[in-house]
Formats: sequence, C-alpha cells, structure tokens
Amino acid sequence: MLDDFLIRAGLAGAGVALATGPLGAFVVWRRMAYFGDATAHAAVLGVALALAFEMSIFVGTMVVALAMALAVARLSARGHAMDATLGVLSHSALAIGLVAISFVTSVRIDLQAYLFGDILAVSRGDLAVIWLGALAVTGLIIWRWSRLLIATLNGELAASAGVDPRREELVLTVALAVVVALAIKVVGALLIAAMLIIPAAAARSLARSPEAMAAMAVVLGLAAVAGGLTASLYADTPAGPSIVAAAAGLFTLSLLFAPFRRA
Amino acid sequence: MSDLPKQPMSLIDVTDMSAGYAGIAALRDMNLSIDKGEIVTVIGPNGSGKSTLIKVLMGVIAPSEGRVERAPGLSIGYVPQALSIDASLPITVARFLSLPKPQKASEIAAMLTRVGVPGLEGRQMTALSGGQFQRVLLARALLAKPDILILDEPTQGLDQPGVAAFYRLIEEVRTELGCAILLVSHDLHVVMSATDRVLCLNGHICCEGAPDAVLAAPEYRALFGDGTGGALALYQHHHDHDHDHGTNGHQH
Repeated sequence: MLDDFLIRAGLAGAGVALATGPLGAFVVWRRMAYFGDATAHAAVLGVALALAFEMSIFVGTMVVALAMALAVARLSARGHAMDATLGVLSHSALAIGLVAISFVTSVRIDLQAYLFGDILAVSRGDLAVIWLGALAVTGLIIWRWSRLLIATLNGELAASAGVDPRREELVLTVALAVVVALAIKVVGALLIAAMLIIPAAAARSLARSPEAMAAMAVVLGLAAVAGGLTASLYADTPAGPSIVAAAAGLFTLSLLFAPFRRA
Repeated sequence: MSDLPKQPMSLIDVTDMSAGYAGIAALRDMNLSIDKGEIVTVIGPNGSGKSTLIKVLMGVIAPSEGRVERAPGLSIGYVPQALSIDASLPITVARFLSLPKPQKASEIAAMLTRVGVPGLEGRQMTALSGGQFQRVLLARALLAKPDILILDEPTQGLDQPGVAAFYRLIEEVRTELGCAILLVSHDLHVVMSATDRVLCLNGHICCEGAPDAVLAAPEYRALFGDGTGGALALYQHHHDHDHDHGTNGHQH
C-alpha cells in the first residue's frame, strides 16, 4: 500500500497536520507568527549546509532552525524590538540560504522542492521521519500541556504556580525547530508557517476551550491536506501550495462562525 | 501552611539584594523580611523597582547580588497587575482556575462565590468585565492556599467603589485564611487601613514603618508630596538622590 505515492503523500501530510495543529495553536496564542517564519526560512540555509556536508537534510534543517529559534528567543528576552529584528533575521536567513545553495554544485538539486515542498516525492524513509517527529512533538505538547498553557497566559502567574516560563518557552522553541525540519519536504520552507497559523486561526472560531482549538486545528489541517492533494491530483496544481490554499479556504469558511465565538 | 516551622521564621527573607535587567540595577542593597500573617504595603513611583521586587520574590528573576530565601514549601498566591488574555485563546473561567493543577469543581464554585462572582465557571475569560476579571484572578491566587498573597496594583482599571470593594474583600479573606499579604501600590491612601508596615521604594527602601510614621516621613513626602505640592516634591526628590552636586545644580 505504501508503494502508492499518493498514499505516502497523504500520510506525510497527515503527520505534519498532527504536529502543526497543537503547536500552531501556541504560535497563534503567543503571537509568534513571524517567529515561525524566521525559523522556517532558516531551514533553507540548513538544506544548503546539509548538502555541502553530506548530512541528512532533516538533521541539517533542524539544527539551523533550532539555532535561529534560540537566537530569536534570546533577543526577544533581552527586549529587542521584535518586529524589525524578526524581519531582518527571517529574510536574511532565506537570502543567505539561497546563496549558499547556489554554491553546492556537486548535487543537482531542485530548489523549488525545498521552497514549496515536494510531497508527492516522499519516500518511506521520509514518512518514518515525519511520523516519528510528529508523534514526538505532539507527545511533548500533550505531556506539558497545562504548564505550556499557564506560561502562555502569563509568565509571572506561571512562576507563582511553580512553572518556569522560560523552560516552557524553550520546549515550544525546540518543538518548532523539529516541525520545521519535518514539514519542509511536505509544504516547503516558505509555507511551513502557513500550516502552523492557518488551521489554528481557523479553529479559533469553532472552539470554546484551548484543547478543542488544538484538536480542531489538527482536523482542519487534515482536511486541508486532503483537499490540497485532491486538487493537485485532478487539476495538476503544485501540492504544497494547494494544501495551504485549501487551509485558507477553510479559514474563510470558519469566519462564518465568528459571530458566535464570544457567546 | 502546616509544614512551616513554628519558630519565628520569616516567609521570605531578602538580604543585601540587588537586581535588575541587562546589568542595570532597578533595586540596590535591599533588606526585607515578611513574617507570617503580616500585611506589608510597598509603595513607590513608576520605575522605582516595584515590579522587579515582585519578580525577585517569586523567583522569576534571580538577584544579581545578595540572597532571597523562601521558607521551605512556601505557597505564593499571585494577583497580577493586569492580565491581557489574547483574544485568540478560548478559555473558560473554570479551566483558567485549573491551571496548571486541576481543581475540584466544587472548590472552584465555592471560591468564585467567596470572591463575589458566583456562577462564572462556564464564562469565557475574554468576556469578563474588569471587576469580574480581578476577582477571578484573586480566586485563582486563593485556590493555591497561599502562605502569602502577592498583589501587584490589583485594582488598576477599577472605578473608585470597585477599588474600595476589592480591598474590603482582600481584608476579609485574609482574616479567614491568615495569610501574609504583600501589596504593591502607588497610592498609599486607599490601601492603608489594615497595613502593618509600609515600605517606601525608590530603587532602594527610602523609608519603612507603620503607615502613620511613613506618611509623616520626609522621604515619603519627598517622593509623593503632600497632596498639592507634586511638582515641588519631584524636585526635592531629585535633590535627595543626586549626590553629585555640580556648580549649577542647586539654585533655589
């Protein structure tokens, strides 16, 4: 069954949706959208380094994404003006990554696959990595759910309850780097942040509890993967962007429910 | 509370403590100890280190010098100044009160009734009024069965009767629970009635003592004036703390 490329694509997308749902909810609650962007763009540099040193792409992207995420978290803790700082880091990382990839001449690479994803070319090995990573991230978030939630609400409130807000922030930062590394093959560096934010934002209108919002984000992410792959199959559109476009469609639909959300 | 030693041991002891951000000390050479059941009010102008003091006491930031010792097993109930919950986060009052540790529904209901907002369990936090929100925050702090309640300007955004009612409520629950209270405020006049001790803060402890004594102290008047002389008081304060007397510093 796993021989069918479409089934592998669907499973890969499902794995990504499983991880981006709950993590995406935290990205939305903590207003980390640009943080996610910067981390994802840094992954392009990770691809270049992985190719140059003949490492696994997954390891390369995760290491560079983690370095970027930690750097950004450190800067924000020191009170830098984050909007401009993130803009600088995010686009610099992308540009330097693209320049670095151009130097890797030994391998003939399809740059577009890393920018927009290549979900239809996911191998069994990729699938294993994606699902292991997704289960690890989801397990981590479920395990620390209450602590992550109170740290997100207010750092001092968390501290008064014996929860170190900096540690919880680190947990999210590491989770973000892992998700970026496993999602780059599926939706590409440019659209990873979209998979974090759009399903979670769409889930907001439909949920009355944080748990429901995270779960709904997973469901909507799965629906977006199914919709995007179907469109890709029948209309021959690029798969990654089609998945994000489907998520955007779901978000628009969710706005119909928005008037009831404060009830 | 029961596992605290019976001997006259303080809940929190601060010794020769300095603290701040990015190498700039917001607090210098502070000594402070808070005893069981004591009500301490900390007053000081903006930027005087009040928030830093709270963060150090709760262990959010480490002091750059000196020591902060908390009694073993100390339970802190914290009521923050103002908590803005992002509109993107759907959460009911009951769920908010159950973070990070689950609370019994019956205890939540009883506590909400105690703080004067019964039946709010199922309401979204973002749908509460300012007064309801502060009472829910107080309920949250009290559910921790605190040895000490730390309140950081808890009545910001409440109207005058709301402020009075909130402080009455705090005094009532304190009498019931017997916990210590550390109240941070910039307005001494509203909060004084039950205070044992007032600390006047401006980077360090300017003066300290019973409310009446502090109200009469020149350091307090220098910081806060005596009602009408705000501008003059501000200038005097500058005089008090500027020890680098240049040639054109003091033309009275």
